[in-house]
Amino acid sequence: MTDPLIHARQVTLAFGETPALRGADLAVDEGEILAIMGPSGSGKSTLLHCLAGILAPDSGEIHFDGRRIDHLGEQERSTLRRDSFGFVFQFGQLVPELTAEENVALPLLLGGAKRAAALRQARSWFPKLGLDGLEARRSGELSGGQAQRVALARGLVAEPRVLFADEPTGALDSLTGEQVMDLLVGCAREQGTTVVLVTHEARIAAYADREAIVRDGRATSLSGRLT
Amino acid sequence: MSVPLTLLGLLEREPSHGYDLKRDYDAFFGRGKPLPFGQVYATLGRLARDGKVVVGEPEAGDGPDRKRYVITETGATEFEDWLREPVAAEPHLQTVLFSKVVLALMLGRDAEHYLDTQRAAHLQRMRELTEVKRSGSLVDALLADHGLFHLESDLRWIDLTTARLDALAAEVAKR
Repeated sequence: MTDPLIHARQVTLAFGETPALRGADLAVDEGEILAIMGPSGSGKSTLLHCLAGILAPDSGEIHFDGRRIDHLGEQERSTLRRDSFGFVFQFGQLVPELTAEENVALPLLLGGAKRAAALRQARSWFPKLGLDGLEARRSGELSGGQAQRVALARGLVAEPRVLFADEPTGALDSLTGEQVMDLLVGCAREQGTTVVLVTHEARIAAYADREAIVRDGRATSLSGRLT
Repeated sequence: MSVPLTLLGLLEREPSHGYDLKRDYDAFFGRGKPLPFGQVYATLGRLARDGKVVVGEPEAGDGPDRKRYVITETGATEFEDWLREPVAAEPHLQTVLFSKVVLALMLGRDAEHYLDTQRAAHLQRMRELTEVKRSGSLVDALLADHGLFHLESDLRWIDLTTARLDALAAEVAKR
């Protein structure tokens, strides 16, 4: 068995006196689509944020591609997120002042790409996500489903090793949510992107290769390896 | 799935040969479980006996069956009544899942592990149906969705029951 791309061991994190993670273990293989499920407040989003280098755990270890990342400083974690990770959140969190294509191009621009080249690459995502003709719209002029597809393009445009998606369909109706998931899974498989997805909806988790359940800050997996 | 009523529905659309009825049934309703020819003709025979269809004169042509079946007023009325009537919304209060959880608690077994294992089995089936939905036709997707929503409903029950296991164990122990 090859080493996992992401490996968390005994991760703990408390917010003040409130423990959110109490020794979570998780392994994610390269190219895998993993759904993290669990009740509200179980720690599933906190675990995702730790895996993605957004939060630093209090103790335990997190390895990405063989490199320990849990004790990196904010600057190094920021670089790691920019170079290797893509993100999609529940509410697209598009920058309202920018057009849809500028939003998609953002990770490329932040990575140092020239504006013209970044916009050209961003535009190439619009047809494959059914967004033709919406390139110049601002987020306020997009429906929820369209905005989330723009956010998905932004998450994948820089071809990240891992896409972290936190309740990416949580604000959408069933049909639109499934269309977004269908596109997310299709694009991720095409690019070979590993996906870590947090969801409380079983129908969304069913798009993943396997699921891990977080309860009381600990992860369990019954459909594959845990560590 | 009621085969006689489905065949009546297909005949309500247009008079058809037995072969065409089987082909359409398999395409839309069979989904991997084709209707045997024997069952098609036995069903059509019973519908004819009960006055719900009539059999036309044999037609010239290749193949063994050139008889066209036509729905009667009686058949059309029965079909319309069935179509209008909602399916009984059964509460499924005595499911196997429920029985296993309560028995596990009564016998001091690991009910949480059982629920986790069941949860994994449900999600595995949901993954299979999701793949059918992603790769199949719209008809496949609609049928897969029907299965997915039922499985999801079971899963919500499994999650809620898992969260209430301690209280349920205390309730079971009291009796």
